[in-house]
Amino acid sequence: MAKQHVAATINGDAVEFLCETHQTLLDVLRDELGLTGTKEGCGTGDCGACSVTIDGRLVCSCLVLGVEAKGKSIQTIEGMAAGAELHPLQRKFLEHAGLQCGICTPGILIAARSLLERNPDPTEEEIRLWLAGNLCRCTGYNKIVDAVLDAAREMRRK
Amino acid sequence: MRYEAPRTLKAALALLSGANGHARILAGGTDLLIGMRAGHVIPELLVDVKGIPEMTSIVAKNGGFRLGAAVSCMELIEHKAFAKAWPGVIDGIKLIGSIQVKGRATLGGNLCNASPAADSVPAMIAAEALVSIAGPNGKREARVEDIAIGPGKTSLAKGEIITSFLLPRRLPHSGGAYLRFTPRTEMDIAVVGAGVNLTLDKSGRCLQARVSLGAVADRALLVPEAAAALIGSRVDAAALENLAAAASAACRPIDDKRGTKEFRIKVAGVMARRAAEIALARARGKN
Amino acid sequence: MPDTITPGEKKLRVVGTRPVRPDGVPKVTGLARFGADYSLPGMLWGKILRSPHAHARIRSIDTSQALALPGVKAVMTAADLPEQKFEYVGPERTAANFWHMTRGIMAREKVLFEGHAVAAVAAISKMVADEALRLIKVDYEVLPHVIDVEQAMQPDAPLLFEDMITRGVEPAPDKPSNISKRIEFKIGDIEAGFAAADKIVENTYRTKPVHQGYIEPQACLARFDADGQAELWASSQGHFVIRALTSRLVGMEVGNLRVYPAEIGGGFGGKNVPYVEPVALVLSRKSGHPVKIVLSRDEVFRACGPAAGSVMTVKIGITKDGKIVAADGVFTFQAGAFPTSPVMNACMCGFTPYDIANVRSVGYDVVSNRPKTAAYRAPGSPISAYAVESTMDMAAASIGMDPLQFRLKNVAKPGTQTVWGPKHTHEGFAETIRALMQNPAYSTPLGKNQGRGVAVGYWFNNGGESSANVHVNEDGTVLVATGSSDLSGTRASMALMAAETLGIDYDKVRAIVADTGSIGFCGISAGSRTTFATGIAVVQACRKVIDELRARAAMIWDAKVEDVVWEDGCAKRAGKGPGEVETLPIKAIAAKRTVTGGPISAEVSVNAGGVAPGFAAEFCDVEVDPETGAVKVLRFVAAQDVGRAIHPALVEGQIQGGVAQGIGWALNEEYIYDDAGRLANPGFLDYRIPVASDLPKIEAVLVEVPNPNHPFGAKGVGEANIVPSLAAVSNAVSRAIGRRMTELPMSPPKVLRALDPQRGS
Repeated sequence: MAKQHVAATINGDAVEFLCETHQTLLDVLRDELGLTGTKEGCGTGDCGACSVTIDGRLVCSCLVLGVEAKGKSIQTIEGMAAGAELHPLQRKFLEHAGLQCGICTPGILIAARSLLERNPDPTEEEIRLWLAGNLCRCTGYNKIVDAVLDAAREMRRK
Repeated sequence: MRYEAPRTLKAALALLSGANGHARILAGGTDLLIGMRAGHVIPELLVDVKGIPEMTSIVAKNGGFRLGAAVSCMELIEHKAFAKAWPGVIDGIKLIGSIQVKGRATLGGNLCNASPAADSVPAMIAAEALVSIAGPNGKREARVEDIAIGPGKTSLAKGEIITSFLLPRRLPHSGGAYLRFTPRTEMDIAVVGAGVNLTLDKSGRCLQARVSLGAVADRALLVPEAAAALIGSRVDAAALENLAAAASAACRPIDDKRGTKEFRIKVAGVMARRAAEIALARARGKN
Repeated sequence: MPDTITPGEKKLRVVGTRPVRPDGVPKVTGLARFGADYSLPGMLWGKILRSPHAHARIRSIDTSQALALPGVKAVMTAADLPEQKFEYVGPERTAANFWHMTRGIMAREKVLFEGHAVAAVAAISKMVADEALRLIKVDYEVLPHVIDVEQAMQPDAPLLFEDMITRGVEPAPDKPSNISKRIEFKIGDIEAGFAAADKIVENTYRTKPVHQGYIEPQACLARFDADGQAELWASSQGHFVIRALTSRLVGMEVGNLRVYPAEIGGGFGGKNVPYVEPVALVLSRKSGHPVKIVLSRDEVFRACGPAAGSVMTVKIGITKDGKIVAADGVFTFQAGAFPTSPVMNACMCGFTPYDIANVRSVGYDVVSNRPKTAAYRAPGSPISAYAVESTMDMAAASIGMDPLQFRLKNVAKPGTQTVWGPKHTHEGFAETIRALMQNPAYSTPLGKNQGRGVAVGYWFNNGGESSANVHVNEDGTVLVATGSSDLSGTRASMALMAAETLGIDYDKVRAIVADTGSIGFCGISAGSRTTFATGIAVVQACRKVIDELRARAAMIWDAKVEDVVWEDGCAKRAGKGPGEVETLPIKAIAAKRTVTGGPISAEVSVNAGGVAPGFAAEFCDVEVDPETGAVKVLRFVAAQDVGRAIHPALVEGQIQGGVAQGIGWALNEEYIYDDAGRLANPGFLDYRIPVASDLPKIEAVLVEVPNPNHPFGAKGVGEANIVPSLAAVSNAVSRAIGRRMTELPMSPPKVLRALDPQRGS
C-alpha cells in the first residue's frame, strides 16, 4: 500500500510528509520529521508525554493518526519558545526546578499552556486536575504546580 | 489499511457497506488506536467521520439537545448551554480519560466501544437519551441502554452508524449526577459507575427517576428497582438506603484486575446513593 | 584530601543557591536528546521477540523465515552471545553473576518469565521488524510456573533451576529449591533480650512487587564497525558500567566500545544494568548497519527489572518506658528469574536507625517466574522499613508513647553498633527526628476518619569511583567534565561546587557529562553517590587547577608561589604599600597560559570513602472514606539529613519525588498476574502511579548536619527519602481505621475489608 501524502502546519510552518496509514502522529513527528521533543512514554494515551495541540486542542499524539493531521495546525514543544525568547512557562519551570529528568516536561509544558489559554487564573486543584493526564515520576508534582502558578501570575500581569 | 474521510453521511454509509464488515469507524480514535496497536483490531478500512456535519455539531432544539456522535468530549464540556442543562451527563463525560483523551474521545465511541465501564453511558441512560442511527436500511432511533449488549459488542447491524444523541427537554425541578469509584482520583477505568436522574414535583416529592450502573455487569444497567426506591418519596435517608440496597442487589459483577465482585457490590450502593444526593441538590436548585 | 567546612565558619557564595541548571533550556525546549532521540544514516530498527510463557524449555528456535523476509538485515538468538562463567563476582551485597546476566538478556535453555527475550531482528522499518518477529518459530515445552514468593518456597513448587541449592545454610540442603540464599546478621542475644522485655509486639507483612515507573522506556542506538570498534548512544545511570557489562556480555574488549550518555528519562535504579544494548550491538555487528532499539511500555513492564515482592515477620521487645531491648526480623524477598534480590540490604538497613543491643536479621532470596529484580531507590530498605516501622508503630502505641518520641528515645548515634558489624560514625539521625517533631504541621489536629503515621528510615549511601576533569578556557571560563550520568540536575551541583572552590561565578562554569572515550572511569549515578563522590573529584581537580593558577601567577609576577594565594577567583599577593594587594583574575592568567606553560587543566580520579549514610523521618496524614476504603493523603512532611544542600531546590525535588513514589507503592501500585503467569497490567492505565491530583504538596525539610568527609559537607540525598514513606502511609491508614494494615498496596478493597467489623484486626 503506497504511503499517504499529508500537508499540515507544524509550529506555524507548512509541512508535507509521507506516512503509512497506521502510523501515529507521534511516529510521524519523531521518525519522519525529526521532531523528537515530543516523547513516547506509553503509546496508549495514559502518560501524556506525547502531548501536542491540534487546532488549539490538547491531545495525545499517540492516539492520532498521521493522516488525521491533514490540513490541521499542530503545535509541539519545539514551537513553544518565540525564537530565542522562552515562554513564561518554560522560564518558570527552570526557575522553580519544575523538572528533574525532563522526559515528561515537553508534554507538561504543552498541557500547561493549554490550561492557561483557557483559564488564566487556575487554582492549585484546577492545575492538578488538568495535568492528571501527564505522569511525572521524578518530582511528585510539587514544583510543577509552583511553576505553573507563578507563570500564570506573570502572564496575567502582562 | 485504507483511510477515507467522507464529507457526507451517505458517502460514509457507502464506504461501510462496501467494506463488508472489515471497516472501522474512526471518530476520536482513543479506543481504536489502542486496539490496533495491540493487534486486537486489524481493519482493512478506516472511515473517518469527523468531517460529517451532522455528526460533529451540537444543536439545541425545543429545549432538548442533539449531540453529534463525533463531537469531542471537550467540546461538550465547553458548551455552556448543554453543560448547564445536563450537569449529570457532563459529570460522566468529564471522567473519560485525561484532558488529552477528552480532546479526541466522543460519545459515539464511548458507547460503541461497549466497555461495561464507559463513563458517559450510565449518565446518558439515566438521562433517558436516545440515539439516531443511520444504516443501509435507512434511519432509526434507539435507547442508549439498548446499544451495548456485552463487552465490545453492540446491537448495531452491519453498516450502521450512530450519528447523534438526543437529550430530551428537561422538566422543571430535575437534576442528574454521575459518580464513579476509582482507586486514583483520575485516569482510571471505573470500578463502579452510577448515574442518577430525578425530577421532583413542586412539593419536593420525587416524580420520576432513572438509575443506571456501570462496570458491575457485562454492560451498563438500567435499574428500575433502584429508581422505584425514590419515586414517590421525598428522597430522604430511608429512600436513599433503599436505593443503595437495590443498586447493590442489581449488580452482576466480575472479579478482575480493577476490582472484586464483593467490592463492586458494596460500593455500587454507596456511589448510587451519593449520586442521588447530588442529583437531588441540583433538582432543588442548589449546586 | 577533603576539608571540613562547618556552617558559620565561612560564608558560601554559590553553594546553597538555586540557579538554573545547565541542561535546563534544552529540556524545556524539547532539544535535549534522550535514548530514543538519536539516529544515524542507514539505521535499522531492532525489535525483540519475547516469550508468551511464564516458564518453558526452549526446544528449538527457527529464524530462517524471518531472515528471508525482504527488509530484514539480521536476526539473533542467545547463540550469538558468548556463554559466561557461573560465578558470583564482586562484593556480596552487589554480587553479579554473568551466567545469569546473559540469560537475562536473552534466554538460553529456558524462558523464565513471560516477556523473556528469546530472539531479535533488525530491519529497515518498525513494520518489517514486527512482521519478522511473527515469522520466528520457537518450539516451547511449557512448564508449570510459580510467581508468589511464598508459593515459590513450597517444597513442591516448580523449580526454575534444577540444581539450585540454597547458599548460606549449614549443612547445605540435599534437595534443590527456589531459595537461592539465606543470610543472617546478629548482635547480642535476642532470646535474653526478649526475655527481659515488658512488651513484645510481632506481625507478618506482605508487599507486592512494584516497578520504578520511569517514564522513558529503555532505548539505545548501536553502531558496530567492521574493525570491531563500536559506539553506543544509550540512556543509562552509568555509561561506564554499561560499557563494562555490555562489552563482556557481547564478548568484546572494553576499549573497543565507546558509550555516549544520552539524557536519561528516569532511572531510580532500574537503568543501572543493560537490557537492549547487547542486543543492538550484536544486530549491528551482524547487519553491518547502525541499529536502534526502543522498548515499548508493555515490554518495560513485562521484561525490565522491578522491585521485589516480599513476606516479612518482625518482632520487637520493649520495656514499659519505651526502650527497645530486642528486635528480630525475617525478610523473604522475591528475586525474580535470577538471584539476587536486595534482601541483604533489607536485613542490614531495617533496624539500623536504632540503638538496640540484641538484633537478628534473617533474609531469604527466592527465585520465581518474573523478571529479575533491579534496584529501586534504596533497594530493599523501603520494604524492610515497612515491616520494621509498622511494628515500631505498634510498639509505641502499646505503651501510649508518641511515635516520634519513641524513635528519638531509641535512635542510633555515633558509636552505636550496627547489626552487620561497624559502628555508626555520623551524627544526624536525632537532629532529623527533632526537626520533624518541631515542624508546625505535626501538631495539626486530626478529624474524623483521619490518621497520622510516622516512620524513619536508613540508607547506606555510597562513595566509590569517580573521575572529573577541569579545564580553564582561554577566556577564563571553566569546563567541568565528569563521567556521572545526570539524572536530575547533578551538572548544576558540579558547577556550583566548582564555582565555589574556584571563587568564580556559577555562570562562568560549564558542567558536562563526558562519554567513556573522553574521561576516566565513573561509577553509576545511583546509591546517592554522585554529589558526594563525583563532587569530591570535582573539588580536588579544582584545587589542583588553583595550584596551577597560582604557579602561573607567580611566574607572571616573578614571585614565589608560596606568596601567592587564591581568593575570589583571583591570584593575590601583598603589594608594595601597606595593606595593598595585587590581583590577577583567572581571565588574565588564562590569557597568558601559552607563555606560562600551556593549557591549564587537571583530572582527578577518586575512590571516595568517608560516606555518611542517609536518614529520613517522615509523617503522613490520611483520611479514609469508610464506605469505600479510598485513602486520601492530606499532608506529608519529610525531614532528611542532607549534610549540606548544594542546590536546595534539587534536593527538595529528590525528597518530594521519593515520597511520591512511596505513596504510590503504599496505596496502589502492584504487578497483577493471571493464572498463566502473564502480566495483566503492563501499562500505566492499570499499573497505577500517582497522578497530580492524587497528591498534596509534599513538604521537604532539609536538615543539615554536614559530613566532614565532603568538602561542602554533602551527604547523599536521592534515596533515604523513600525508605520511611511506605510505613508512614501504612501507619497513617492503620491509625485512621483503628486496624493494623499488614499488606501493600492498601488498595481500597483491602482497606474496606479491614474496616469490616466482622473481620476484626
